[in-house]
Amino acid sequence: MTAPATVVRSPAEIRRARRLGITYIVLAAFVLWVFGMGSLGEGSATFKLVRPTDRFKDFPDLVLPAAGIAFVIAAALAAFGGIQLTRGFKKLSNVVLAVGFILFIFAFLAWAAAGSSFSLVGMLDESVKRSVPIAMGALAGVMCERVAVINIAIEGMLLGGAFVAAIVGSQFGSFWALVGATMVGVVLAWVLAVLAVRYRVDQIIVGVVINVFVLGLTSFISQRILNQNPHLNNATLLRPIKIPLLGDIPFFGQILFQQNIFVFAMFILVAVMTYSLFHTKWGLRSRAVGEHPKAADTLGVNVYRYRYLNVMMGGAIAGFGGAFYIQGSVGRFDENMTAGKGFVGLAAMIFGRWHPVGAMAAALVFGFADSIQGKLAILKVPIPSEFLLMAPYLATIIVVAGVVGRARPPAADGQPYVKE
Amino acid sequence: MSTGEEPQVSEPTSGEEASLFEELTGVGLEWRTAILVPALAVFSAMVVGAIIIAVTDIDALRLLGTNPGTALAEMWDSIWGAYKWLFLGSMGSLRAVSETLVQATPLILAGLSVAIGFRAGLFNIGAQGQLLVGGMFALFVGFSIHVPVYLHVPLALLAGALGGAIWGAIPGLLKARTGAHEVITTIMMNFIALRLVDYYLKSSWYQAAGRDDPVSKPIEVSAQLPKLFGFLERSDVRAHLGIVVALLAAYGVYWLLFKTTVGYEFRAVGYNPHGAKYAGMSVTWLIVGVMAVAGALAGLAGSDRILGVLHRGTPGFAGTIGFDAITLALLGRSHPWGVVASGLLFGALRAGGQEMQVNTDISLDLILVIQALIVVFIAAPALIRAIYRVKTAREAERLTTGWST
Amino acid sequence: MELQLRGITKRFPGVLANDRVDLTVRPGEILGLLGENGAGKTTLMNILYGLYSADEGEILVDGVPRTFSGPGDAIAAGIGMVHQHFMLVPVFTVTENVVLGVEPTRGPGIINMRQARRDVAEISSKYGLEVDPDALIESIPVGVQQRVEIIKVLFRDAEVLVFDEPTAVLTPQEVEEFFGILRGLRDAGKAIVFITHKLKEVLEISDRICVLRRGRTVGERAPGEVDEATLAEMMVGRPVELVVQKAPARPGEVVLEVDDLMVFDDRDHPRVKGVTMSVRAGEIVGVAGVQGNGQTELVEALTGMRHPFSGAIRVLGEVVTRESPRGYHQRHVAHVPEDRQRAGLVLGFTVAENLILDSYYGEPFSHWIRMDWDAIRGTGRRLVEEYDIRTPSIEIPVSNLSGGNQQKVIVAREFSRDVRLIIASQPTRGLDVGSIEYIHERIIRQRDTGAAVVIVSTELDEVMALADRLLVMFGGRIVADLDPTSVTSAQVGLYMAGATP
Repeated sequence: MTAPATVVRSPAEIRRARRLGITYIVLAAFVLWVFGMGSLGEGSATFKLVRPTDRFKDFPDLVLPAAGIAFVIAAALAAFGGIQLTRGFKKLSNVVLAVGFILFIFAFLAWAAAGSSFSLVGMLDESVKRSVPIAMGALAGVMCERVAVINIAIEGMLLGGAFVAAIVGSQFGSFWALVGATMVGVVLAWVLAVLAVRYRVDQIIVGVVINVFVLGLTSFISQRILNQNPHLNNATLLRPIKIPLLGDIPFFGQILFQQNIFVFAMFILVAVMTYSLFHTKWGLRSRAVGEHPKAADTLGVNVYRYRYLNVMMGGAIAGFGGAFYIQGSVGRFDENMTAGKGFVGLAAMIFGRWHPVGAMAAALVFGFADSIQGKLAILKVPIPSEFLLMAPYLATIIVVAGVVGRARPPAADGQPYVKE
Repeated sequence: MSTGEEPQVSEPTSGEEASLFEELTGVGLEWRTAILVPALAVFSAMVVGAIIIAVTDIDALRLLGTNPGTALAEMWDSIWGAYKWLFLGSMGSLRAVSETLVQATPLILAGLSVAIGFRAGLFNIGAQGQLLVGGMFALFVGFSIHVPVYLHVPLALLAGALGGAIWGAIPGLLKARTGAHEVITTIMMNFIALRLVDYYLKSSWYQAAGRDDPVSKPIEVSAQLPKLFGFLERSDVRAHLGIVVALLAAYGVYWLLFKTTVGYEFRAVGYNPHGAKYAGMSVTWLIVGVMAVAGALAGLAGSDRILGVLHRGTPGFAGTIGFDAITLALLGRSHPWGVVASGLLFGALRAGGQEMQVNTDISLDLILVIQALIVVFIAAPALIRAIYRVKTAREAERLTTGWST
Repeated sequence: MELQLRGITKRFPGVLANDRVDLTVRPGEILGLLGENGAGKTTLMNILYGLYSADEGEILVDGVPRTFSGPGDAIAAGIGMVHQHFMLVPVFTVTENVVLGVEPTRGPGIINMRQARRDVAEISSKYGLEVDPDALIESIPVGVQQRVEIIKVLFRDAEVLVFDEPTAVLTPQEVEEFFGILRGLRDAGKAIVFITHKLKEVLEISDRICVLRRGRTVGERAPGEVDEATLAEMMVGRPVELVVQKAPARPGEVVLEVDDLMVFDDRDHPRVKGVTMSVRAGEIVGVAGVQGNGQTELVEALTGMRHPFSGAIRVLGEVVTRESPRGYHQRHVAHVPEDRQRAGLVLGFTVAENLILDSYYGEPFSHWIRMDWDAIRGTGRRLVEEYDIRTPSIEIPVSNLSGGNQQKVIVAREFSRDVRLIIASQPTRGLDVGSIEYIHERIIRQRDTGAAVVIVSTELDEVMALADRLLVMFGGRIVADLDPTSVTSAQVGLYMAGATP
C-alpha cells in the first residue's frame, strides 16, 4: 500500500496528457490561421464593457487589434501545448484548460468583432441568464446523485415548473407562481423517488418516462386549455433587482448584481448547498448514502428517507428553475420550451464533478455557448446559425467524453438499495 | 457478492408452462409477465387518460358546481368521443387499418433499435437522431440517382441504414473508448442531428428548386416504397411495403439475438460486460457493433418515413418516433415479437389519435401521456401487482447502468 | 450486559437459514461461533443486528425481550457489529466514518469536527487502536480499516461486540495483534461474539465455542476439552481430512514466465511493480498475500483481462504480454476468476450457456455465426454429470445455483478442455467444506496430468496446503519464494506484512 518511490505516470495519464497537448497545438494553429490571418487588415475589435444606461457609462471600451490578439493567443496556446507535452501541468491542468478555452473564445470574438464594436457586457449578462435553468437543473442533479439516484427527469421537472409557473403566475401573481413551480418539481421528484427507491424501477427509465409524461401532459393541456384561454398564459416578469453600490461597479456590476431573483437564488443556492453538503450532519449522511448505502444503513441512517428527502429537494430546485422560463424570461408557456436544457444541466453536473460550485461553473460555460449564437448573428459571422446552435451539444459530448479527465460519480450512483 | 452465505438452490422457475412459451417466442418469460402485465398496463393507462380528459374539460369543470349532472355527462361525452375516434381511426375501416400499419412501421423499426440496445445493456435514446440521419441518407439516394425500382428502393433503404449506423456508432465508439455514457451522448447527437437536418434541407444539395423554406426535392417515383393495396387504386389507403421490411427486420433481430454467436455476445455484454470480457469478447467492438445495428434499424425507420409516406424531406419528418420507440421497446420487453406487437398498438394509438385530433378538441399529445403511463405500469410490476392483485415477476428489471462503466 | 437469543428461526425461499438457534453471551467473555460457509452464522448475526427480522424466536437483553426493527435499535441497545465486508465509506476520513449517524454538532446540524476528532483520538488511545483520524479510508491498509470499525462500535458505547470473520483479511501477525485487542476489550467487561470458520483461531481466542451446522446449534464446548478434528466433525457433520492429500510434485518444462511485470489499476495507481516469476508443468505455485497487494491486477494481467504497462509474459515460450483473454484461452490457459459472479459467469445466462462462455465461438458449439444449441445442450448435460453440478436443469439461469455449484460450473468449463496452465484466484472463497475439498481435488488432478497451476489466495492455510512452491506478494512485488513444507505460517506472515525476517 505504500507509494512507489519514483512517480510513474500511468498509461491513461500519458494518453490524456498527449491528447490535451495536441489539442492545444491544433487550437493554436487554428487561431493563427483562421482568426489571425482572417482578421489581417480588418482593424480593431471594440468591446463595450458598460451599457449606455449604466451609472459609469463613460467607462472606456476595450479596443484590441484583432490580428495582434490572435497572434498573441495562438502563441499562448502553443506554449500550453508544448508544456503539456513535455512536463504536464499536473494538478493545474484543468485550470489551464479553462484558461485556454477562454483565450480561444476571446480570439474568436476578436475575429468576429474585427472592424466593428460588440457589447461584451451584454453577452456575458445574457450568458449568466441563460445559464440559470441549466445551473438549477445541474444543482437538482447534484442533490439527487449525491444520494445515488440518477435523475434524468430534470428536463421534465423544468418543463413542469415552467408550465405551472405560467398558469399560476397569470392567476395569482409571481410569488405563488414560484411556489407552484417548486411544488410541481417536488411532486414529480416524489414520483421518481417512489418508483426508483421504493419499487426499484430502473432510474434512467423512470426519468425518461417522467419526461415523456410531462411533455405530453403540458402540451396536451396547453392545446386544450391555454390556446383558448390566453389570459391563463400571461404571467408578469420579475424585474431585475439592482443591489446598491455593487450594482454600479462597471462591467461586473451589470453582470452579477443587476439581475432578477433567479440569478441571485442560483448564487445563494450554490453557497448553501456547498456548505451543507460538506459541513453538516445532513451532508455527511447524504454523501454516505450515495457512496456506501449499506454502511450508512448499518449505522442507523435511514437510506430511503435520505433518498426521498434529497430527491424531492432536487425536484424543488428544478421546478423553481423551470419558473425562470416564465417569470425570469418570456412570461408565457410554449410547448417543449425547455428544449433539452435539462439534459444539458445533467451534463453540467457531470462536468462539474457532482460539486455545486463545479456544476454552476459548467452551467455558466454552457450558458455562454448558448448566448454566443444570438450575439454573433448580429456580427454577420460566416457560420450558419444551425452550427452555432449545435455548439452547446457538441461541447457536452466533448465534456462527457472525458477531455477534462474522468471524475468519479458517487459510488452507488444509479443502484437501488435493497434493505435486507 | 461472492462470499458470505448464499441461499442454496432456490425454487426453479415453473417448468412446463414456461418452456412452451419459450418454445414459441425464444424467451424465458412467464406468460403473466409477458402478456397479462402489458395488457393490464395498457388498460390502466387508458383509464388514467380518461381521467385526464375529464379534468381538463374546462367548460364541464365550470359547470360542476352548479349542475354536476350535465358536467359529468359532458365529461363522459369527451371521453367517449376521444376513445371512439381512437378506435375508429385505428381499426374502423380499411383506411384506418392501413393508417395503423403506416404508423406502426417506423415505430416497429425504431423500437427494434432501442430493444437491441437494451438487450446489450445500452440505452439508445438516440434513435431519433439516427432516424433523422438515416432518413436524410435515404432521401439523398431517393432523388439523386435514377435506376429501376427494384434497385432504387433497396439502395435507398441501404443508404438509410448506413446513415443511421454511422450516427449510432459514434456514441458507441465514444462509450467504448472514453466511457462517455450513451444516455448523454445520444441525447446530444439527437440535437445535433436536428440542426444538421435544418441546415441541409436549406442547402443546395437538398433544397427543392425555387423554395425558401427547408423542404427537399421530391424523391423519384422509383424510390417510393410500393403500395400494398395499389390494386385498389384508393389514394387514401397508404399502406406500403415498409411493414414487410419491418417484419423482416424483426425476424432478423430475433435470429441475430437468439440464434447466432453475435447475439450471444450482445446478450452477454448486456448481462455482464466483465463476464463478456472474460469470455474473450471484444467489449469495445461489441458496443460499437450494437450501436451500429441499432442505428441501422432506426435509420431504416427514418427511410420508411421518407420513402414510404412523405416522399420528400421536411424538418419534422421523424416526428417523435425515436422517443416513442423507447416506451415501445419497454412495453415489448425488448423482444422482437413484443416490439412488433407493441408497435402495432402504438401505431393504432397514433393513427386513431390523429383521427381523434381532427374530430374532437383533444390533441394528439394525449397519446404521449398514455404511452408514458403504460411504461410506468410495465416498468413497475409492483404497481400492477398492487392494483390488480395478480402474481408477477417479483423484481423490476434493470436495463441500464449508472454513469460509471 | 448479557445477550440471549432464544429459538431463532429464519427462512429464505427454499432455505432454512436458522433453525431454532439458542445462544447466550455474557459480559467479560469471548464466545466463538463456529460454522462453515452457509451454516447460517451471518444470517443469525444480521437478525441480532436488526438487518433481518426473525420468523420465530426472541432476543433478550439482560433478560428483557427486545425487538430490533433496524440497526439503529440494535445500536441503541448496546450491540455493535464489525461486518465481514467493512462498512466504511472509502472517500470519507476515519473521523467521518466513525461519527456517521451520531455526529457531534454545534449549532443546527453543523458537525463539530474538532470535537469528533478529539473523541476518535480518545478512544483510539484508550484501547490501543492506533489510527490517524484524518486519513482517508481508501488510503489506509485493511488492518487499520478494521481498527476504524472497532472504534466505530466503541464510539457508540457498545457492550456486546460481534465480529463476523474478522481475520479473513489479516496477516498472521495482525491476527495476533487483533486477538490482543479482543482480550483487552473482554477484560474491559465487553461481551464478544467471534464468528469464524477457522478452527485454530476459535480454539485460541474463545472462552466458549458454539458450533452451528445447517442453521442449527449442534453443541457447545470449552476450548480446553476439544481438538481441531472434533470441532471440524461437529462443523461439517462427518469426519474431515484436515490436510490436502497430494503426491510430491514432478515439475517439468517451464510453462509460464513473467518478466518484470508492471500493471496499473483502473484508477491509475501502479499495483504490480515489477514481478518476475516462472511456473513449471506439474507444479502448483501459490501466491499468498494480504488482499490489495496487487494480486488482483497480477491475475488480470496473466489472463489477458488487463494489459500490463511494461514487462513480458510468456506461455510455453510464446510472448503473450498483450494478448486478449481469448488469446490466452487459445493457448490452453484456464482462468478461475477471483469474483465468479462478476467475471466468471453471466448470471442471466443458463447453466448450458455459461458452460460454453469462452468457447462458444468455434466448433462444435457454432458453425460460422450460427449457434448449435443441440451441441451446446449435449455438452452441458455431460459436464453437469461429470462435475456433479447440482442443478434441476441446464436451462435455468446460473444465478439460481448455490455458490458452490456456480464455482463448479466455472471449474467444469475451464478444466474440461486441454489445459496447460491454470490461473485460479480465490478458488474456494465463500464455499462450504464439501465444495472446497472437491475443487482442491480437481486442481491437484490437473497438476498430476501435467498442467502448471497458479493459485492466488488470501487464505494462507489454503495456499500452504495446496502449493508446491509458495510466493508471497507484498506492495506489488514478490517478496519471497518459499518451500511451503519448511516454513511456518508465522514466517510467511512476516513476509506478507512486508517485513524481511
